[in-house]
Amino acid sequence: MNNKEKEIFLRKRYSAEKRFRFFGISSIIIALSFLCILLINIFTNGLSAFSRTEILLKINFNEKKLGINSSSTDKEIKQANFDEVLQDALLSLAPNAPELKQAELMDLVSIDATTELKKFYLKNKDVLNKTAEVAVTLSDDIDQVHKGNFPRDIPEDRRRFSDFQLKIYDEQSSKNKIISEFNWPFIFNADSREPEIAGVGASLMGSFFTLIVCLLLSFPLGILAAIYLEEFAPKNKITEIIEVNVNNLAAVPSIVFGLLGLGVFLNYFYLPRSTPLVGGLVLALMTLPRIIIPCRAALKAVPPSIREGALALGASKVQTVMHNVVPLAMPGTLSGTIIGLSQALGETAPLLLIGMVAFINVVPSTPLDPSSVLPVQVYLWSESAERGFVEKTSATIIILIFFLAFMNSFAIYLRNKFEKKWS
Amino acid sequence: MNLTILSLIAVFSLSCYFFGKSKVLKQTKISGKKFHSLPEYYGYYLAAWCGLPALIILFFWSFSELYIVKLFILSDFRADPSIDENKLNLIFSEIKSIAEKNFSGTIPQNLVPYVEKFLSLNKILELSKFAVIFSAIIFSLSFAYSQILKNIRARESVEKVIRVVMFLCAAIAVFTTFGIVLSLLFESIKFFTAVSIFDFITGTNWAPGRAFVRDASVQTADVENVFGAVPLFWGTFFIAMIAMCVAVPIGLFSGIFMAEYASRKIRRIVKPLIEVLAGIPTVVYGFFAALTVGPFFRTIGEAVGLNVSSESALAAGMIMGVMIIPYVSSLTDDVINAVPVSLREGSYAMGATKSETIKKVILPAALPGIVGSILLAISRAVGETMIVVMAAGLGANLTINPLEASTTITTQIVTILIGDQSFNNPKTQAAFALGLTLFFFTLVINIIALNIVKKFREKYE
Repeated sequence: MNNKEKEIFLRKRYSAEKRFRFFGISSIIIALSFLCILLINIFTNGLSAFSRTEILLKINFNEKKLGINSSSTDKEIKQANFDEVLQDALLSLAPNAPELKQAELMDLVSIDATTELKKFYLKNKDVLNKTAEVAVTLSDDIDQVHKGNFPRDIPEDRRRFSDFQLKIYDEQSSKNKIISEFNWPFIFNADSREPEIAGVGASLMGSFFTLIVCLLLSFPLGILAAIYLEEFAPKNKITEIIEVNVNNLAAVPSIVFGLLGLGVFLNYFYLPRSTPLVGGLVLALMTLPRIIIPCRAALKAVPPSIREGALALGASKVQTVMHNVVPLAMPGTLSGTIIGLSQALGETAPLLLIGMVAFINVVPSTPLDPSSVLPVQVYLWSESAERGFVEKTSATIIILIFFLAFMNSFAIYLRNKFEKKWS
Repeated sequence: MNLTILSLIAVFSLSCYFFGKSKVLKQTKISGKKFHSLPEYYGYYLAAWCGLPALIILFFWSFSELYIVKLFILSDFRADPSIDENKLNLIFSEIKSIAEKNFSGTIPQNLVPYVEKFLSLNKILELSKFAVIFSAIIFSLSFAYSQILKNIRARESVEKVIRVVMFLCAAIAVFTTFGIVLSLLFESIKFFTAVSIFDFITGTNWAPGRAFVRDASVQTADVENVFGAVPLFWGTFFIAMIAMCVAVPIGLFSGIFMAEYASRKIRRIVKPLIEVLAGIPTVVYGFFAALTVGPFFRTIGEAVGLNVSSESALAAGMIMGVMIIPYVSSLTDDVINAVPVSLREGSYAMGATKSETIKKVILPAALPGIVGSILLAISRAVGETMIVVMAAGLGANLTINPLEASTTITTQIVTILIGDQSFNNPKTQAAFALGLTLFFFTLVINIIALNIVKKFREKYE
């Protein structure tokens, strides 16, 4: 091999080196850009759901039309019919509209609008027989137009609102009668068939109850199991079987736990369907191995000198472990538990099988009420056709990701702040 | 009711703890008597004797309660030979829901006396449960108290109890596996008595919707040729392969780069960021795949004249691959770090470049670990549910075209079992048979993969 050949050979080797490095960098960039695209997509779709669009209507709270008077009790007011005053206010937006168009005027506002009027009246009872300007939630379709999520230039027969409705909207918009507000009902309301009043309140509560049940079961059980396996278990066949089982359960697909919940908890023990109690039980079984494994690692990291010191002072084995080893391993076990719970929070498939997909339109108040959870709500809304639910789904995902990010960063904080480094 | 008893037991145990502790402290102070253990161990001892027997009785009682009631209520119906087991269960659940006021519809008049019987029986059982548990508490407490006065070695007993409780907690993992296997087997066996196992594994037509059962007795004509699971097995395999085509190269190269090239600072930022991909709930990926990626592929396909279905195996598989990247990359990173430095240094000393060292020395040495990590990733892909449910479609096509819709085992389990389902029908049982297949398939892959990784670790540690 002469010098020139050597040089060519070397150049080839160096370019191969560069190529290899380039592959490495580009695959990392691809992976991270997927993450960015996903997050940007969700956020751009979802952020608009946190505002809602309202129209300021001049409502005449006429005593006769409402059928109430100044001495009516709250209960009577709640039963009163506010449809007519709302109708009058809407018709006054286009006084000369033909009868055919009047129904379209009614569809401008949400079907929940009369409830809003009632709430307004209950707060301001002095408006009786007077005219007041009340903000009323617009229907989902107009809401989407206002937010610019729906193109207005497509033909009339291919959209869910008419040219007439659009004209009224533009008129009111130019008069500054259309306003946007933070969408509190989205946070507190339960699910609904109407996108403009549907909220994640019920599934937030459901997720909360489910996680509490899961935590109460999996944390003590997981920590005790980890202590046993790491500190007390004799080296024999039984221990080996338990260890193999723990490791395998951590890798069993989550849907299989759903089948277990359906077959055992619902059909054998007759626990109530669709409830956070059963959901929490199933998720606890799923989370258990995922808690045991990091707990064991945390216990293992405590140096033997700690144990020997305590034993030398006459402490029993149980005392040594409970008073000396476990407190030192606590930061690691806690962060492992929180990460396990955050996985449980994002889990969907097993909960579908135990009936947590039911349409729930009341916020649950105990773990025994049927309810939904955040990820299942995402699944449910993603199946709906209305444009309004797309932004709601993305917004639910934003809330879910917010909680996950919070839990995970709290776990990392715990670990970094309190974990002792032994070296 | 159970909740009241549970909280009462908790309150009793707590007061027993304080009572036992103060009793021993007082005795030492008054008479100078020396006790074997520290005072709080006598507190624990008393509390354990108060709580544990009561809890055990409560546990078993609550589980057997319903069966006792069932036995009594249904004894009249059992005399009638025309009513079989399924119908008995139906009658009982009807009675139960009427009694609990959950029944919708008109109440059948012939059941009313049984509902009353159910309610009175329940009342008797509840009262006797209360009585039995509290007499057990009194009995065991008086025994424990006499033992304390005898200066028993309380610490040793308490520690023994703690060890047993810990062992039971660890054994829950085994019970869970048993529970999974039994619940899956139980329904699957029923399924395989109606449908032959051979048809299930080799049949190519999957249409469980056609297996309607009009009577409780299953007509074989109804279930023939609609439970062929081959399209599902193929769909699962196919989508998992598409996912691995995305995840393996990207994951492998990212893992290698992080382990060998990246500086410590970059690694500390990039590794957690990539792991975020594994932390995002799968339902989010499913939503993204169904709403953004699927239609995106469709528009691209239309532009080049291809017919892409909006729910395609490609979209689901690709997004699943993205989800799996961190499983491959992190494990690759770990196993490469486990390869001893001496191997690397030897290769550098011979004048090899970094990439040559990686390709010729490190990768062969780390191969078993990498294979193990890829196997674990495959088992993850096979068991993944939400992405395929939302993005891969429902049609059981036997196709090799990734642009068509295709269905998987997990998708079918969810579609069959979602919402209200009636049991004792081969369609529902088919879901459990599919679950059993899935469980064993992932179990085998996991055991192989964990063994490979374990052997690899032992080799270098």
